[in-house]
Amino acid sequence: MFARITTAAAIAAVISSTAVARDYISIAGSSTVLPFATIVAERLGRNVNQKTPVVESGGSSVGKKGVCDGIGTEFIDIGNASSRMKTAELEYCDKNGVKITEIKVGYDGIVVANSKKADRLKISLADLGKALTAEVPVDGKMVANPYKKWSDVNPALPAMEIRVYGPPTTSGTRASFAEIVNEKAYCGKDAEAKAALKAAGKKAKTCRAMRTDGAYVEAGEQDNLIVQKLQEDTGAFGIFGFSYLDQNSDTLQGAELSGVVPTFDAIAAGKYKASRALFFYVKHQHIGVVPGIEAYMTEWTKHWGDDGILADAGMIPMPQSERDEMASRMKNLPVLVAADLK
Amino acid sequence: MTDRTYQGLDPQQAAERVAASINLRKRKETRFVWLGKTAVAIALGFLVLLFAGILTKGIPGLFQYYVTLDLQLDAQQLDPSGQMTVESLAGGDFDGVIRASLYEALGNPEGRKAKREARRLISSGSSQRLMTYVLDNPEQLGSTVSIQFAVDDDVDTFLRGLISRETPEADRRISDQLINYIDALNAQGRISYEISDYLFFGSASRDAEMAGIRGALVGSIFTLLVCIVIAFPLGVATAVYLEEMAPKNRLTEIIEININNLAAVPSVVFGIMGLAIFIVAFGMPRSIPLVGGIVLALMTLPTIIISSRAAIRAVPPSIRDAALGVGASKMQTIMHHVLPLAMPGMLTGTIIGMAQALGETAPLLMIGMVAFIVDVPAGVTDPGTVLPVQIFMWADFAERMFVQKTSAAIIVLLAFLISMNAAAILLRKKLERRW
Repeated sequence: MFARITTAAAIAAVISSTAVARDYISIAGSSTVLPFATIVAERLGRNVNQKTPVVESGGSSVGKKGVCDGIGTEFIDIGNASSRMKTAELEYCDKNGVKITEIKVGYDGIVVANSKKADRLKISLADLGKALTAEVPVDGKMVANPYKKWSDVNPALPAMEIRVYGPPTTSGTRASFAEIVNEKAYCGKDAEAKAALKAAGKKAKTCRAMRTDGAYVEAGEQDNLIVQKLQEDTGAFGIFGFSYLDQNSDTLQGAELSGVVPTFDAIAAGKYKASRALFFYVKHQHIGVVPGIEAYMTEWTKHWGDDGILADAGMIPMPQSERDEMASRMKNLPVLVAADLK
Repeated sequence: MTDRTYQGLDPQQAAERVAASINLRKRKETRFVWLGKTAVAIALGFLVLLFAGILTKGIPGLFQYYVTLDLQLDAQQLDPSGQMTVESLAGGDFDGVIRASLYEALGNPEGRKAKREARRLISSGSSQRLMTYVLDNPEQLGSTVSIQFAVDDDVDTFLRGLISRETPEADRRISDQLINYIDALNAQGRISYEISDYLFFGSASRDAEMAGIRGALVGSIFTLLVCIVIAFPLGVATAVYLEEMAPKNRLTEIIEININNLAAVPSVVFGIMGLAIFIVAFGMPRSIPLVGGIVLALMTLPTIIISSRAAIRAVPPSIRDAALGVGASKMQTIMHHVLPLAMPGMLTGTIIGMAQALGETAPLLMIGMVAFIVDVPAGVTDPGTVLPVQIFMWADFAERMFVQKTSAAIIVLLAFLISMNAAAILLRKKLERRW
């Protein structure tokens, strides 16, 4: 019996000793931020005596929730997100006593692309929303989207069948697209849609639902899959992040949205509207406990410039003024409070 | 008693009817055989398609393009403090040495833009390769050596012919000037297409040309080691107890049913349990092969227990009776006779369970092993990932060269799996006894 107790104690001791010893940074979150975060992590790891941070995938919600889960090395240090934290998510943080600072690192464009063998699509954001949202107004009532061809939406558009491959509901890219295009550009602006929504007692937010009748095809979280589909199917379009268009610029072209072609410069200048900011959230209580968090933040500032390696990989840099502001946030570490998110 | 005559068919009719039914039965049999053959053919067809797809994409992934540069290893420039340690070499200008040699090979391009294009030719990780070389061969300092460096992933994709020269310059990721440089190096015979050492000896990297599977492979090995160390003894002990010692009552019946049920539990559930118990309750770090191995062990336990019990049951009772008859104790019977005879079957089950564990990613998602990890783990408590996770992550990166690397990594994983299954078959063939 005594022997058993000592073994149990020994095992417990081993387990608890491993708990203290985490000497690498643990990061999790958005799969859109991941390619850029891993580049920074890898560069940081090239320094002598600095372990390379571990970057987990999972999605923006995993990043925002994970960083707020609690204090202690069993929880992650930094959460990545391609959409900003919401008040409810911050409340979860407060409940667990976690203090965080929000750092914006850059932008990512969302493109609607097709094969270069076909013509470039020129479409307004409102028409794009009208073609893809689940319900549209017909005679003042919201009904299931009846448009089969692009020309049904607007006669100026080509008489091609609407077939768009895009990410599933779990994706931040999809959430941003639905918010920018379906909700804000179409349901929030279009007079007919606004009237019909009001009559039905619905909010513009309900427009975020995408069509499920085959015009919008969920192609899984893997953007590369959509890219491959488009190269084969010249009549189809795909929705994905700008970096994939950048890598495949010899076979794919981005649709001109409200008169702006998705180019690096247009997105950086803010002319191309379908874009979103990329963030990471750093936990105060872990700075100084887990070595290298400050160095990791500084590493971002070395590469996020206009001709840095992150731009090469397809991330759209912030303007200089924003970069300066974020760099000073890294030093002063202002605590994120609900008022900031308004 | 009335005289009853036989009212059935006369023999002639009966014979005809039987003949007809025999034909019907024969036709049914032929149909069934054909159905079976078609099923096998379809399955084989899919298998051929799968392998053809993986091999045609993956075999080019085992190779990549290299550029050979003649480097002047100036001791002062590379190791300013002259101590030849990792720390002192970190202060050396390795990029400078590589650049100088590259510019020379290209006929010393003038101007910032031309130099910038020239630098895009070689992998950004070349300085590390040179540093490793100098550390391994300190005697070469001061001399001129030829070293092969990987070309940048865009250049590699171009050299493979996946980016066409005819594409307008604005639409491709490499400029006309860069293509001229590539042609110049090609003319000098400096560019070669060889088996990728980065793939096998490099660790995960976001530079596609430098990415390799070593970290994931080592992580997989550590995870499986932990898994087998826990699962095999536990599984065999459980099987022996349940089969040989346990009384047959309600309780053991419930245990038995639960083990069978456990084998059907979706693997991600084990991951959630691992997160709740080992990471949150015990405070173990995330992303370590130790936790991954424990979770996978719990997942493979039912497989091992079920196959071990089958193996024990296959040992003829006469052997037990004979051992007991000559005076062996129950323990001796099990240890000396039943276990050795059942071992081949148990090992086969274990190897198949391990092969299954090798391919798992879902339970590892929860415990943080689905992650981008650069450092090769040195032990079971260092952060690590596994091969299938590496494949999954590579498949989603935008850089095109990752397509080939992904398929190459799939080939390695398949080779691993096939050799494990082959080991299981060999073991069974070698050790199996028939009665």
